[in-house]
Amino acid sequence: MAMLKGVFGKLKRGLEKTRRGFVDGLRSMVTGRKLDDALIDDLEARLIQSDVGVQATRRLIERIRADYKAGKLKKGEDVLDHLKTELKAMWPEADRALAKATDGPTVILVTGVNGAGKTTSIAKLCATLRADGKSVLLGACDTFRAGAVRQLEIWADRLGVEIVRGQSGGDPAAVAFDAVNAGISRGVDVVILDTAGRLPTQNGLMDQLGKIARVAGKRIEGAPHETLLVVDATTGQNAVRQAEAFGQAAGVTGIFLAKLDGTAKGGVVIAIREATDIPVKYVGFGETPDDVEPFDPESFIDAMFALD
Amino acid sequence: MFDRLSDSFNGMFRKLSGKGQISEANVREAMEEVRTALLEADVHYDVVQSFCETVLEDAIGREVTKSLKPGQEMIGIVNERLVELLGGETQNPGIMAVSPGPTVIMMCGLQGSGKTTTCGKLAALLKKQGRKVTLVAADLQRPAAVDQLETVTQTVNQAVPKGAEAKFYGEHDKAKAYGEAVNVAVQVCKRGIDQARKDGADVAILDTAGRLHVNEELMGELRMVEKSTTPHHIFFVVDAMTGQDAVASAKAFNEKLKIDGVILTKLDSDARGGAALSVKEITGAPIRYIGVGEKIDAIETFHAERMAGRILGMGDVVSLVEKAQEEVTEEEAQKLQAKLARGEMDMNDFLKQLKTLRRMGPMKQLLGMLPGVGSAIKDLPIDEGQFDRVEAMINSMTAEERQSPKIIGPPRRRRIASGSGSEQQAVGGLVKQFDAINKISKQMAGMGAAGGMDAMRGLGAGGGMPDLGGMLRSKGSTKQVKRGVKKRKKKR
Ligand SMILES: Nc1nc2c(ncn2[C@@H]2O[C@H](COP(=O)(O)OP(=O)(O)OP(=O)(O)O)[C@@H](O)[C@H]2O)c(=O)[nH]1
Ligand SMILES: Nc1nc2c(ncn2[C@@H]2O[C@H](COP(=O)(O)OP(=O)(O)OP(=O)(O)O)[C@@H](O)[C@H]2O)c(=O)[nH]1
Ligand SMILES: [Mg+2]
Ligand SMILES: [Mg+2]
Repeated sequence: MAMLKGVFGKLKRGLEKTRRGFVDGLRSMVTGRKLDDALIDDLEARLIQSDVGVQATRRLIERIRADYKAGKLKKGEDVLDHLKTELKAMWPEADRALAKATDGPTVILVTGVNGAGKTTSIAKLCATLRADGKSVLLGACDTFRAGAVRQLEIWADRLGVEIVRGQSGGDPAAVAFDAVNAGISRGVDVVILDTAGRLPTQNGLMDQLGKIARVAGKRIEGAPHETLLVVDATTGQNAVRQAEAFGQAAGVTGIFLAKLDGTAKGGVVIAIREATDIPVKYVGFGETPDDVEPFDPESFIDAMFALD
Repeated sequence: MFDRLSDSFNGMFRKLSGKGQISEANVREAMEEVRTALLEADVHYDVVQSFCETVLEDAIGREVTKSLKPGQEMIGIVNERLVELLGGETQNPGIMAVSPGPTVIMMCGLQGSGKTTTCGKLAALLKKQGRKVTLVAADLQRPAAVDQLETVTQTVNQAVPKGAEAKFYGEHDKAKAYGEAVNVAVQVCKRGIDQARKDGADVAILDTAGRLHVNEELMGELRMVEKSTTPHHIFFVVDAMTGQDAVASAKAFNEKLKIDGVILTKLDSDARGGAALSVKEITGAPIRYIGVGEKIDAIETFHAERMAGRILGMGDVVSLVEKAQEEVTEEEAQKLQAKLARGEMDMNDFLKQLKTLRRMGPMKQLLGMLPGVGSAIKDLPIDEGQFDRVEAMINSMTAEERQSPKIIGPPRRRRIASGSGSEQQAVGGLVKQFDAINKISKQMAGMGAAGGMDAMRGLGAGGGMPDLGGMLRSKGSTKQVKRGVKKRKKKR
């Protein structure tokens, strides 16, 4: 796995927009100002505008206000450090590497709402794994959406990995079964299953996700070893609902935060963290397979707050 | 949320009215609730601020403080303003017809917002109207985007066999990896429109690639497409789940292209869709259509009223009523309404209502449309089988028992239970709940409910509603539902 190249690596580039919007705003907002209620209100606005969510924002702001009242925070600059520490603390030290199977191929199930970036994120994971010398096989379990199989096929082709596909309109669980079987017989290191986009409101489709997972588990002990939820960074508070619903339906083990290259601040991750304990594992910031980095809260927050 | 809003409004004002004058400060306090509701619905921060200011002025100007029902009046103002901001109840003019054709529609938006899918939906809609459509694949960047649109075109023709065949124009060989085919789309679009003209198409729809508003190169490409094809409609396609960023992207797209319509997709999600308000406010362009599913016919005309309700968390009462109207005749509804008002609904009526409701769609979806229930049941696994069991129990009752369920004592209960394969307790529960419905609906009729409740009464099934919630009680964390339902009862 490509190691994180520190704060000044790709992630920083990917977060350029985020930083520019969030930190520059913050920095210019707080520098040289005395900390007062008006400044705290401005800060609150900033957090909300970053999709941090009302609840998480209130919690963060209340702490700041309390520390300010207690005289612990005086200058505008103090508040930045305070926020940084506070946010970093939301993701305590933990192993964020992808899970591994003890025996046989590792199965990664990729889920998310429609258009979140699942298929593209799979290409990214695939590229990362390949760069690490791992062999990968893709399972095209999105048998529903027009062009979905073809899309994954093109990625498989470009990245030089095998793909297992089924009939259009066929049973996705059957494709998952075939893909896992093929993974075993070819002895690949990792099987990644692409699934059709679905919404938490679609009970049947959410249940189907559980079925796909179970089918994989029948062939390989503990599979899927990793179930990733791809979240579009431009999503608002519904992302929290997504994390909860997909978590319930498929036992999500990690979040892949896609589309961080826009102007959306990705603060939704903070709202998700408030509501669930699903860790963020990767961030994606572009449409090519290289536009990916493992999520590291230290550098994520540092990059968010870094000065140019 | 609407319930929470109106409850807290009413509570706040009730508490205060005992003490005499309601102050402006109290109204401001109430506005805080509105503010939170809108922010939670993802309406952009700045839009929320200005909205709240306007409503506050309005409330003060209209002397809400002197009103007998300040809570209700405030809600009214909030709703009214929201509808207005969303564009009011204007008619959707549809897709213009030009001569000589074709009318050119250009779709644009961020990645994954739903452009390609919506192209197909619009084509199907137009084909149904008898118009001849050509779909042009102008996304040469996303892998298989051209194939996707080609398949979508086939689906259009299969789903709507009537009328002129929808055509596809695409140049598979022009598709390249990301960043390698910039500007190629311009020529493809021109050739596509030429082809459409030759084919005598009425409408040509350009499916452009998704792009970030901050990507100069790709925004430039879009601008060139626009310049060289001079589309009659430029639709900006937005995902209803979008957060605060909706303002930034809508602004940039509008500055570059002068959007003349917005299409809001994925409204079949449980997102509150505050982005609609942000985008409308920023672009000024009317929201024309909404996407409510992945299927080719899952497109509807936008209604500001419904959207306002959704953003406030009022539930989609209007859609529910519409659905009901498709199923229940006016006469039937009135008959039942009268019975309900007297508290005389019997088990036959109830069974009929239940069956009608179930024909309208999955219970969860229906209940989700009710104000206050939507959020309460979102986590509940609703056991549709529960309704089967209720039906089975009623089916095991004698005609006499169905007419007056009061006579169901222990021996009858035992018989019904064994006849329907259920527990005696369940039978007892049903009878009790049924009795409660009648009592409530009688009270309700006496009180004359306001606002959305009028619409629900019009449903005919209105009285049955609260108890459908009650029926869910047997499973999981049903406390939430009970709470949601109780709250609504209280309101009446
Ligand atoms: N800018 C940007 N675009 C992305 C990113 N990830 C994905 N996309 C784009 O988003 C669009 C949708 O991506 P897909 O990977 O097809 O999304 P999906 O979740 O598989 O979609 P469905 O299978 O239809 O539900 C495509 O145009 C991708 O190129 C990202 O990190 N940044
Ligand atoms: N549930 C639901 N899904 C939708 C709706 N509209 C589109 N989708 C789905 O959203 C995903 C993305 O749709 P596309 O039409 O491919 O989006 P796009 O904007 O063309 O994507 P790019 O071309 O990559 O930018 C697909 O899985 C669609 O099936 C909708 O109204 N409801
Ligand atoms: Mg996909
Ligand atoms: Mg597309």
